[in-house]
Amino acid sequence: MTGEQVIFLIVGAVTLIAALMVVTVRDLVHAALWLVATLFGVAIIYTLLNAGFLAVVQVVVYIGAIAILFIFAVMLTRRQAADTGAALNKNWWAGALLAVLTFTGLFFMLQSWSGFQKQAAAIPSGFDAINQLGDALTSPAGFVLPFEVASVLLLAALVGAVYLAFNKK
Amino acid sequence: MTFWNDPLKVAADWLTGIFTGWGMPSVGANVLVAFLGVLMLITILMVIDIFLVWIERKVVARFQDRIGPNRVGPFGLIQPFADIIKLMIKEDTTPDGADKVVYNLAPILSMMSVLILWAVVPLAPVMLGVDLNAGALFIIAAGSIGTLSIIMAGWSSNNKFSVIGAFRQVAVMISFEVPMLAVLLIPTIFSGSMGMNAIIQSQSIWFVFLSPLAALIFLIAAIAELGRAPFDLAEGESELVSGYNIEYSGMKFGMFYAGELLHAFTFGGFWSIFFFGGYRFFGLELVSPFLAIAIILFKALVGYWVIMWVKYTVMRIRIDQMLAFNWKFLTPVAFVLVMVTALMNTLLRGADSWLFITGMILSNIIVAWVSMEIVRSVSKQERERVEGVQQVAEAHH
Amino acid sequence: MNEWLYVGLFFIVGLIIPVGAIGVGWLLGPKKPNPIKQSTYECGIEPVGEGWVQFKAQYYIFALVFLVFDVETVFLFPWAVKLGQLGMFAVVEGIVFILILVAGLVYTWRKGMLEWA
Repeated sequence: MTGEQVIFLIVGAVTLIAALMVVTVRDLVHAALWLVATLFGVAIIYTLLNAGFLAVVQVVVYIGAIAILFIFAVMLTRRQAADTGAALNKNWWAGALLAVLTFTGLFFMLQSWSGFQKQAAAIPSGFDAINQLGDALTSPAGFVLPFEVASVLLLAALVGAVYLAFNKK
Repeated sequence: MTFWNDPLKVAADWLTGIFTGWGMPSVGANVLVAFLGVLMLITILMVIDIFLVWIERKVVARFQDRIGPNRVGPFGLIQPFADIIKLMIKEDTTPDGADKVVYNLAPILSMMSVLILWAVVPLAPVMLGVDLNAGALFIIAAGSIGTLSIIMAGWSSNNKFSVIGAFRQVAVMISFEVPMLAVLLIPTIFSGSMGMNAIIQSQSIWFVFLSPLAALIFLIAAIAELGRAPFDLAEGESELVSGYNIEYSGMKFGMFYAGELLHAFTFGGFWSIFFFGGYRFFGLELVSPFLAIAIILFKALVGYWVIMWVKYTVMRIRIDQMLAFNWKFLTPVAFVLVMVTALMNTLLRGADSWLFITGMILSNIIVAWVSMEIVRSVSKQERERVEGVQQVAEAHH
Repeated sequence: MNEWLYVGLFFIVGLIIPVGAIGVGWLLGPKKPNPIKQSTYECGIEPVGEGWVQFKAQYYIFALVFLVFDVETVFLFPWAVKLGQLGMFAVVEGIVFILILVAGLVYTWRKGMLEWA
C-alpha cells in the first residue's frame, strides 16, 4: 500500500464519519460544523486526485459560503437549534432497507463496469488543469453556451432568493 | 550551487543525506525534511509575529503622539516577550454554558488559517513555497477557514455580545470577499496565471502602475477581511466590548490577537506580491535569495504600515454603511474594472509597452472618476432628501 | 510527489503551533474556577437571558447574494487565466457573463434587499 492510499483511506473514513455525524447530531450548529468537516474531507480527496483547483473551489464555495449560509440560517431560528424529538421514527427500518438495497444494486451494477480496471492516464508534465479549463470555457468549440447558461442559472437563483425573502418581509 | 545562492536546497540535500544515511527510505526522508522546513518557516513567522506586537504598539503610539513601550529593554523591544509571559501565566477561563470543543477549537483554527497562507508565499526566486497554480484562490480558501473560526468562537462562547460581534464580522468579511475576488482577476489577466510566482515573474512593470484602482480596492477589501478599522465593528469597544473573542483569556486570546497581527502583515505581503512585484526589485533579488527575502519582508512591512496608518486615522463606520459601501459601490466598481481591464488588455495586446501602460492607467482613472461622480451626485440627492424630510418635520412642530 | 503534500504539512504544523502555545498556557496558568468568574461578561451587568438572540434576516440575504457572486467569480478565474491568449470573442463572452450577474445585483438593489434596515 502506498502512502497516498493510506492517506486516502484515513481521509475517506473521517469524511464518512463526519457525514454520519451531520445527520445524527442533535444540535443544528454542530451539524453544520460536521458538514464543514465532511466537505473539507472531500476537498482533500480532490487534492489526492491532483485536482487542486477543484479542491480550492470546494473550500471557497462550500466552506466559505454555503456553510456560513447554513449557520446564518440556523441562527435565524429561535432557540430550536437543538432537536428534542425522537431521532428515529417508526419507519426507520424501511429507510434502512431501501438504503441497503440501493447500495447493493449500485454495487452490482458498477461491478460490471470496465472503468475501474482501467489505469488512469498519466498526467503529462507541464499539464495545467486551469489552462485547460479556461480553454474549454472560452473556445467556441468548447462550453461557451453552458458557461453563459451558468450565469443565467445563478441569476435565477438570486432572483428566487430575493423573491422568497421579499415575501417574508 | 552554494549556500549563498540556494540555501534551502543545500540545507535540504544535506539533511536528506543524513537521514538516508540512517537507513531511512528516501521518500520518508524527503517528507521529514519538508516538515522540518515548514516548521522552521512557521517558527520564524511566530518570532516575526512577536515583534509585530512591538511594531504595532510603537506605531499606534506615534500616530497618537505618544512614545509607546520604552521601559522593558532598549526601545521597549523586550516588551512583547513580557506580554507573552503575561498571557501564558493567565488563567484560562471557560464561560458557563460554553460549547467546550468548539470553544477550544476556534482560536487554533484562527491561527492556522493565517499560518497556512504562507504556504503559497514565494520568498525568493529559489524559495517558492508551494507554487500552486490556484494560488490566488488559495488565499480566499484559507480566509474562509478564518471566517469559520470567528463564527465558531462567537457562537460557542454563550454570550450575546460575542455572537453579535461574530455575525457582524462575518457579514463584513464575506461581503468584501466579492470585490477582493474580483480584483484578484486583474493580476490574473495580466500574468495569465493564478500562481504567485508567475504573477511576480510577469511584473516587469509593477501591476500597481497598470491598475492602481485594483490595488486600492484590494487594500480596502483586505482591511475589511482583517476586521481592522474602519471596518472593526466586531470589536466596537463602546457597544460590544470586544466582539467575538470577548470570553477568551490567556493564550487563547493571544492566538486571536497574534493571528490578527500576522494576518495583517501577511496581507501586506500579498498586496506587494499582486501589485508591487513581490520579491523583485530592479534585479536585486537575483543577487542572493537572502536579499530577495529581505525585499519581500520589507514590502510586506510597508503594506502592514499602510494598513496601520488607515486603522489609526479613520474612524469606525456603521455596519449598514459598511455593507452599503461594499455592495452599492465597491462591488460594482470592481466588476466594471474587471470588464474594462479585460477589454483594454485585448485591445492593446502587442502594442508598445508605453502605450499599454498609458491606456491601462487612463482606463483606471476614467473608471474611478466616473464612479466618484456618480457617488457625488447620488449623495447630493440623498442629502437633499434627508434635509427636506427634516424641514417638513420641523414645519410640523 | 504531490505538491499538496506540502500544503498538508503547513496545515499540520499550523495546528501544532497554536495547540502547543495554548497547551503551555494551560500548564502554566492557575486553575481556580468559580461561578462568578465563569459567568459571561456582558458590559458589567449581570447577563440577561440566554446567549442566543434572534438575528435579522438581512444577514441571511447578504450571505445568499454573496454566495451567488462567489460562485460567479470562481467561474471567471479560468477565463482570466486564458484571456491573454484569446481574441475579442472571449472578452465579450466574459463581459456578457458579468453583465448578466450585475443585472442580478441591480435587481436585488432595486428590490431594496441591500438595505440594512
